[in-house]
Amino acid sequence: MSRIAAAFAEPSGEHRKTLIPFISAGDPSLKATERFVLELAEAGAGVIELGVPFSDPVADGPTIQRSTLRALAAGTTLADILALVARLRKKTEAALVLMSYYNPILQYGTDRFILDAVSVGVDGVIIPDLPLEEARVFVDRARPAGLDFIPLVAPTSTPERIRQICSIAAGFVYCVTVKGVTGSRQGLPADLDRLVGEIRKHTGLPVALGFGISTAAQARKFAHFCDGVIVGSAIVELIASAPPDEASALIGDFARELYESISTK
Amino acid sequence: MLPDANGYYGAYGGRFVPETLMPALAELTAAYEAVKADARFQEELAALLKDYVGRPSPLYRARNFARHCGNARVYLKREDLNHTGAHKINNTLGQALLAVRMGKSRVIAETGAGQHGVATATAAALFGLSCTVYMGEEDVARQELNVFRMHILGAEVIPVGSGSRTLKDAMNEAIRNWVATVDDTFYIIGSVAGPHPYPMMVRDFQAVIGEETRVQVLEAEGRLPDYVFACVGGGSNAMGMFKTFIPEKDVKLVAVEAGGRGLDMGEHAATLNFGRPGVLHGSHSYVLQDEHGQVAPVHSVSAGLDYPGVGPELAHLRDSGRLTSTLATDREALEAFQLVCRTEGIIPALESAHAFAGALKLADRLNPARVVVINLSGRGDKDVESVSKILRGVIA
Repeated sequence: MSRIAAAFAEPSGEHRKTLIPFISAGDPSLKATERFVLELAEAGAGVIELGVPFSDPVADGPTIQRSTLRALAAGTTLADILALVARLRKKTEAALVLMSYYNPILQYGTDRFILDAVSVGVDGVIIPDLPLEEARVFVDRARPAGLDFIPLVAPTSTPERIRQICSIAAGFVYCVTVKGVTGSRQGLPADLDRLVGEIRKHTGLPVALGFGISTAAQARKFAHFCDGVIVGSAIVELIASAPPDEASALIGDFARELYESISTK
Repeated sequence: MLPDANGYYGAYGGRFVPETLMPALAELTAAYEAVKADARFQEELAALLKDYVGRPSPLYRARNFARHCGNARVYLKREDLNHTGAHKINNTLGQALLAVRMGKSRVIAETGAGQHGVATATAAALFGLSCTVYMGEEDVARQELNVFRMHILGAEVIPVGSGSRTLKDAMNEAIRNWVATVDDTFYIIGSVAGPHPYPMMVRDFQAVIGEETRVQVLEAEGRLPDYVFACVGGGSNAMGMFKTFIPEKDVKLVAVEAGGRGLDMGEHAATLNFGRPGVLHGSHSYVLQDEHGQVAPVHSVSAGLDYPGVGPELAHLRDSGRLTSTLATDREALEAFQLVCRTEGIIPALESAHAFAGALKLADRLNPARVVVINLSGRGDKDVESVSKILRGVIA
């Protein structure tokens, strides 16, 4: 069983949803990111998303934009992040997923990236600007290598697109809850039931919900619809506003609170 | 005829955008294909171009300026005489008309120099659409006049403070807004960049420039030109001018990019000259970037050329050798600007001044037998203040 599949497996007698935190790798430093990942894994995160910084993050709201800029200012590169994953792999069995815009991967070299990612222990990749039509070449190479391509489904996706997206998915399906960029929001979108139901028609893979989930109360509501809950901007903001020596403990506490809110034993 | 069904021009183009936008792009492509074949739409647009924009724009023989270009037979395509002062209106009217057809109530746009923003605000006013324009803070400062014009026309201008605070970042912000508002909002992209169908659609709406030029130059000279010059930022005026001439192998197409202050990364905006293939703003094309794929800062004296990407069809034409790319530095563009002002009594946009500078640099290959067309893509009223500051040594 892959580490991602293991992260979604439910021990019998439990209805455990998977907590999927996102942090920007290299914000404020790769050393800090290493501590944060271990802390999050310790707090119960099953899958951890590491953001690869890109100069032009069009799918991200202000919080992750600023975080990305801090990571870039610290000199963070994709190669550095792969090296970080190699170090982390010796210390944790949490599934590690890279979230990167396409261009940093393209410049690294797609084949080389897939090879290196698998060899250091990256479990999956999310590429927000590589939709279905453009993803096929990548998927054809990633799949045999054992790197899960985790596609996004949006509230605007048509049933036919959802069917095709599910056919290229591996690991889990990332369901975007709102029309818009990443960042916190109030309330619950109206038609999540329909959207998740449409995805489940076409795949047995777990479905995780993301974008706009920032509190434990929200996470609990969203968890009702899906198998995993992705929380990004709220954690990134916590890191940005915490005193440096307290950030790790604070995100650990927050992750434990989120984890409790989505677990019903 | 390019692009192919997936929006590719050879290796370039495509649709690299968040999934949320993909259904909207498919819908837009279908709607655009429908109006392309719709005689009523085309008649309506043609009538607007004639009576509202003032087309056809003249092709004027610049005999005085030609003395500095080997006494070649130099013609200027006078897009500067269009309503709103640049070629941008050709495209915004087409897209706004399409937005109305699609039942959208709001349009958004990115703008660099502000010409596309003004042209979008103008079309929005004409069609009764609500309009929001994203503009980098740096450009808001150096193109104040155009910001006022957009306000007067009823548009909301949102200064963008992220990244380099120029056109690239304005486009990021417009894309982010579109992801959130895609149900009722039409994104009017001003250049032949962005995801398919934009590079095709913007090229087609601008193609009137080259089509008129062909007729006019045949009338004046009885033959096609030897050289056609256009400045390239994203490339909309260039593709509009070049499209009709692409199959005419004897017509040399010259793209003049912004050489800025020098050849180091960050000092220029010459993407076709110095970029590498990459993905920016929804398409695969040449991008000015570092080895890690981070998009590079760019500089040009001209806000409309200050862009680290370029249209995918231009990248394809360059790779295939059909197009020559050259550059003009800030200094060369400013010199050409003054020369055109003093010899012809025409104040060109700083963007267009780069096209003139490109022709001047080629002067030793020109002679009285050569026929040259320069696309005068816009007028320079908007630039007068910043040019006077530079010439007085206040900045740069």
